[in-house]
Amino acid sequence: MTQSVIVATGLRKRYGRTVAVDGIDLVVRAGEIFGLLGPNGAGKTTTILMLLGLTDVSGGDIRVHGFDPVRQPLEVKRRVGYLPDSVGFYDNLTARENLRYTGKLAGIERQDIEARISAALKRVSLETVADDRVATFSRGMRQRLGLAEIAMKRSEVAILDEPTSGLDPQATFELLDMIRALKADGVAVLISSHLLDRVQAVCDRVALFHQGKIVLIGTVPELAERVLGGGHTFDVEVVGEGNMEPIIANIEGVRSVRAEGPGRFHIVANRDVGADIATLIMSTGAQLRRLERIEPGLDAIYRRYFEGPHGTA
Amino acid sequence: MARRSGSPWTGCATVFLKELADHLGSARMLILEWLVLLTGIGAVYVAIQDLRTTTAQDPFLFLRLFTDARDPLPSFIEVLGFLIPLMAIGLCFDSVNGEFSRRTLSRVLAQPIYRDALLLGKFLAGLATLAVALVTMWLLIIGLGLLLLGVPPSGEEILRGIGFLVISIVYGGIWLALALLCSVIFRSAATAALMSLGAWLFFSVLWPIVVRFLTDALFASETSILLGSPSLEQLQFQQLLERLSPNTLFGESVLALLHPATRALGPVFLEQLEGAVMGSPLPLGQSLLLVWPQITGLIAGVIALFVATYVVFQRQEVRA
Repeated sequence: MTQSVIVATGLRKRYGRTVAVDGIDLVVRAGEIFGLLGPNGAGKTTTILMLLGLTDVSGGDIRVHGFDPVRQPLEVKRRVGYLPDSVGFYDNLTARENLRYTGKLAGIERQDIEARISAALKRVSLETVADDRVATFSRGMRQRLGLAEIAMKRSEVAILDEPTSGLDPQATFELLDMIRALKADGVAVLISSHLLDRVQAVCDRVALFHQGKIVLIGTVPELAERVLGGGHTFDVEVVGEGNMEPIIANIEGVRSVRAEGPGRFHIVANRDVGADIATLIMSTGAQLRRLERIEPGLDAIYRRYFEGPHGTA
Repeated sequence: MARRSGSPWTGCATVFLKELADHLGSARMLILEWLVLLTGIGAVYVAIQDLRTTTAQDPFLFLRLFTDARDPLPSFIEVLGFLIPLMAIGLCFDSVNGEFSRRTLSRVLAQPIYRDALLLGKFLAGLATLAVALVTMWLLIIGLGLLLLGVPPSGEEILRGIGFLVISIVYGGIWLALALLCSVIFRSAATAALMSLGAWLFFSVLWPIVVRFLTDALFASETSILLGSPSLEQLQFQQLLERLSPNTLFGESVLALLHPATRALGPVFLEQLEGAVMGSPLPLGQSLLLVWPQITGLIAGVIALFVATYVVFQRQEVRA
């Protein structure tokens, strides 16, 4: 069993009468990428701030590497790298100078610091602009510089708050790659995001937030199983005579067939029926336009979850 | 509850050096330098015009460089009383909320340092910058005085001058701490600047007027109107209120230090003057004793404002 680096139990945060975080339990293990997902205002950032000791905890208990962020914040912050939502840097300083400042604050030894800065900048491919002022940097470059800071600190835990928001697809792709590289080094990564599908790709496990509570927690296939009822899902598009719906429904293992338009069907089955569907359709003489296996997405899971009995208006 | 672990000083030196470098390299510093240069030269020029025509008999000729005024122009210490708050506010009004708006604050606070270090480092860097400017101005005046007067200052003059310098820096500290407080309370730098400038205007222009009206309203009596002079209680009350303003404290302490002949800062009775040699200077120790309450008052003001800033900052949520 791998070691747990972040353990939160019954974590609670109140602002006056409003409850921002309402009793969440969370365990993040070493070397995994954990996603805190949910809409804006669901309590993700507040949870992160409490994990870092940047805001008071109203109730519950947190241990980061065994340390309490409320009473031993320095020990926690020494081990945790944080990339805030839309991170800022000192525009009048260069990338290297910015890292040097936080590096010194982080207590990195004077003789090590330059080498570590260069290595970190190289890692996020910013070494060519290391001595440019940050004022000239794009948003994607700033986010990467934030990752470089975490790499320079050699944090054991990286907490990234909305790292991909506002980035173009290419920059998002590069950033997610760098996050995977962090994981490869054994860093536990905690990502918060409201872009469910985009971040799902890198997460080992996710927690879905809703109104200050974690409503679902686990791997994406697990959640799909639980919410969408599991099974295999296909989209089929057929051109031809006759009604295909009863024919497909007759295949062994098909649970339901839903017509979504002329010749378009949504099929849920207990087993992988892709090949059977294809042969059957061919045998009727119809043309098979499209047969697609649908991987369950977090967007779908989230939407389905709140359409169902858990939905609150 | 367990005490928090770790030293609050970790990182203080790093913040101090970074902020100092920022201050020294900024456009504000350039403006400060020009202000220093122009006021210094102006003060000496004005004072020397007078000193040449008057006497070389004054044992504290050098100190008059700081205090002499010539009509349309105010004396150097008056200018300083006005200028130091402006410089201090200019240095510090955006020090914390600036980090907020650049969104660097949470990144810095996510490093293993306490907020204490950040606040203290920023305050000390501001104070050091201000001290550099004031020491420069002081040396400039002494140097020009040497050149133009051709008389070297005595040891006591130098000591009194240094005392004046220290008081000016402490006075600057009050306004720095006030600007820092505003920069913690108000998220917008413009609001913080307006509020601290408002406080400065209030204390330098409005407060004396308010005090006058207040005491007149409270103590107006037939005798005082008949005598044409206020009663003793009224005077004391007026002085008490006036001394709530750092400007008054600064003015009084500097006056006593640079005018060695100053014997009292409040009302003086005839019997107290018995045996006194009018116009003769007090020794330095006595002058210091005279202004000791003012100096401690100034220092207490700095500490009180800094503590207030600290408390507000500790309780503030850093979400940016």
